[in-house]
This record gives sequence, structure tokens and C-alpha cells, in this order.
Amino acid sequence: MADKIVLEIARYAPERDDKPSFQSFEVPLRKEWVVLDALNYIKDKVDGTLTYRWSCRMGICGSCGMMVNGEPKLTCATFLTSYGNNATVRVEPLRYFPVIRDLVTALSDFLVKLQKVKPWLIHPNQPPLSAGEFLQTPEQLDLYKQFSMCINCTLCYAACPVVGLDQEFVGPAALALAQRYNLDNRDQGSAERLATLAHPDGIWGCTFVGECTRVCPKHVDPAGAIQQYKLTAALDWVKSFILPRGHKDAPQETAHD
Amino acid sequence: MTEMSELNQAAHTEFHPRWYRKRLSTWWWLGEWHYLVFILRELSSLSVAWFVGLTLFQLRAFMRGPDSYGRFTDTLQSPIMIALNLIAFCFIMLHAITWFNLAPRAMPVRVGGKRVPEFLVAAPNYVLWIAVSAFVAWLLLRTS
Ligand code: SF4
Ligand code: FES
Repeated sequence: MADKIVLEIARYAPERDDKPSFQSFEVPLRKEWVVLDALNYIKDKVDGTLTYRWSCRMGICGSCGMMVNGEPKLTCATFLTSYGNNATVRVEPLRYFPVIRDLVTALSDFLVKLQKVKPWLIHPNQPPLSAGEFLQTPEQLDLYKQFSMCINCTLCYAACPVVGLDQEFVGPAALALAQRYNLDNRDQGSAERLATLAHPDGIWGCTFVGECTRVCPKHVDPAGAIQQYKLTAALDWVKSFILPRGHKDAPQETAHD
Repeated sequence: MTEMSELNQAAHTEFHPRWYRKRLSTWWWLGEWHYLVFILRELSSLSVAWFVGLTLFQLRAFMRGPDSYGRFTDTLQSPIMIALNLIAFCFIMLHAITWFNLAPRAMPVRVGGKRVPEFLVAAPNYVLWIAVSAFVAWLLLRTS
């Protein structure tokens, strides 16, 4: 008997259904197949209405994230064989996000949050181009490089119970990305980001469950980024409490040394 | 706050007839092992408070003289206290171990521009913990 695997896929059609339900599909189990291959097989051969996102199928674009057996996963990097022959694998849209259709989640909340932390280089005192390129040492690059590897796959949001409990929580990836720019010595925007970050919906919303770091396919360690920023923000508060006045931009200083 | 809810409302156009949103149940932390460990770790702070309280009472009994201290140690020997302290001890162990393991996350140590491996940041905590415990054990067992 040929090897096979059963996929239980969450289906939701907004024009017809009140809530999602599961539909089972039997798929041949090939050695090199990932969950995404099985979804493509179903869409091509069995049911063309199955709706999901994907693009690069090589862990770069970050669009194929789904819950696989309850775990947030990039489906293009999750091998079916790891679940074994004849297994049943549950595929659901990423948790805590509104569902548009089948396996497609709405990302607009996330994009608003991302924009809120200003994840770009802010440098009002930028020297003119004629002054030459901005040289950065390997050590300076190393300070933020890990946090710059994020592919916005939102797996970390689907892992974080705080995201599920508090819709306004800025969330792991956006906070890590803010820290990526705060730690970049070309950036002077940390004081601008402070109000959004050092806020109950920012870093102080995080209870350090640590799940974001565990599920991140790019080893970004958002939990680490947030805890490190907590320390910076706390020290900044202490400094501004002790020092009389005119002390505004401590995180910037720490980012630069 | 307003920014986000406005966006959600704006999204309910004819092209997005109904997004499906699921409410998180109160028991969300029961369904998943990692969530459960997290909640237990949070709860373990109660044990920390318990032992702090206990130490304060012990100190008070000590300052009031041998009679008072004797009564205090008698109370400690009651089965309820032993059970409570055993439970609290288990939680303290969980507290210490989970936090020591998380320490490298919150404090990336860099030497010569390179990040020190995580276990090397966690290890000194354990070494210190064992050393202090050994010293206390020696102190207590020496006289008896
Ligand atoms: S931090 Fe990791 S899990 Fe979160 S969006 Fe970025 S790559 Fe994905
Ligand atoms: S399809 Fe691009 S990350 Fe999976």
C-alpha cells in the first residue's frame, strides 16, 4: 500500500459559514513533501477552492505560516514525514488572527503595529552623501543583526498568549524590530520610539512567556529583544528620576556605545 | 487604541463581509504544556512570598527569645506546615531553574564584541546557587 497521510484542514467561507469547520483530505506521503506541498496537491487535484498564502516555498517570504497540529509553523519548512505514515495532521490558520477565508489571516492589525514602532532608520543629522558611506564595524553590526533577520511571518504572534488576550499589544516581531533599529548605530530614533515601546501595550505588556522565541523560524529571539529593552527602559527611568532635567535620550546613548 | 479599532471597522466593507474572530477562553493556559509551565512559573512567585514571610516570622521569634523560637520550630513540625513547605519548595525550584535559564535572554553578555554562549551566562547562577546552598548546609550540619 502506498504511503499516505490525512490532512484535516480548517475551512471557512465568510459568505456561507458562521464558524470554521474541518475537512479531511487524503494525500500521498512523499519523502520530500512539506505541508505546503500537500496543500498545493489538494488545490491542484482535489479542491481548487482551498485558500491559503504562500510564495517562496523556501522560508524567506514568511507568508505560509499556519498552525500545524497546534504549533505555529512555516508550512514550506515542515516535513510531512516527521508526522509519520497514516498520521492525521491538523492545519489551521495562525492563531489569534482574524480569519478571512480558510487558512488566510488578516494582517492589517499587525501592519498597523509594525508601523507604530517606526522600523526604519531615523537620522535627522545625517551627513551629506559627499561625506562618503557610513562605515559600520562587524561588532556594531553584530549588535542588531539577529533582530534584523525577521521575515514578518507572524508565527510569534500566534505563539503569544498576550497577543490573544490583548488586541492592542504591539507584539513580539514589531518590538524586536524596533530594538533592531534602536541598536543600530546609524539610527537616532530611539527617543521617538520610546513612547510606543515603554508602554503597557508595548514592552510592559510582555510577561516573558518565551514562546515567540521558541517558534521563530529565523532565530530572531523576540523575547530576548523585549527583555533587553525592558532593562534599558527601566534604567532610563531611574536616570530621569535621579537626574534633575534635560535628560531625555538615554536609550540612544546605550544604543551607540 | 482608536487607531486599531477604526481599522477593524473600516475593514468590514463588502469585500470583507465577515472575518472570523475567536475569543480566547479563560482556560487557555491548560491546553498547552508550554503555557502551563509559564503559569506555574508565574504562580511560583507566591512561594517566594511565602518563604520571605516565613523567614520574617522566624527572625521575629528569634529576637523574642528561646521560648518564642521553640514555639516557632514546633509549628514548623506540624504536618500541614511540612506539606505546605514541601509544595512551596517544589515551586521555588521551578522558579529558580526557569529564571536562571531565562537569564541569558534578558542579559546578553558580550566579551570582545562576541556574544557569550547562553549556557555560560546561566552557569554562574547555578554555581553560585550550589555554593551558597552548600555553605548553608555546612553551617547547619556543623553544630548538630
Ligand atoms: S520574529 Fe521570527 S516568528 Fe516573529 S515574525 Fe519575525 S521571523 Fe516570524
Ligand atoms: S512560502 Fe515563503 S516562507 Fe514559506
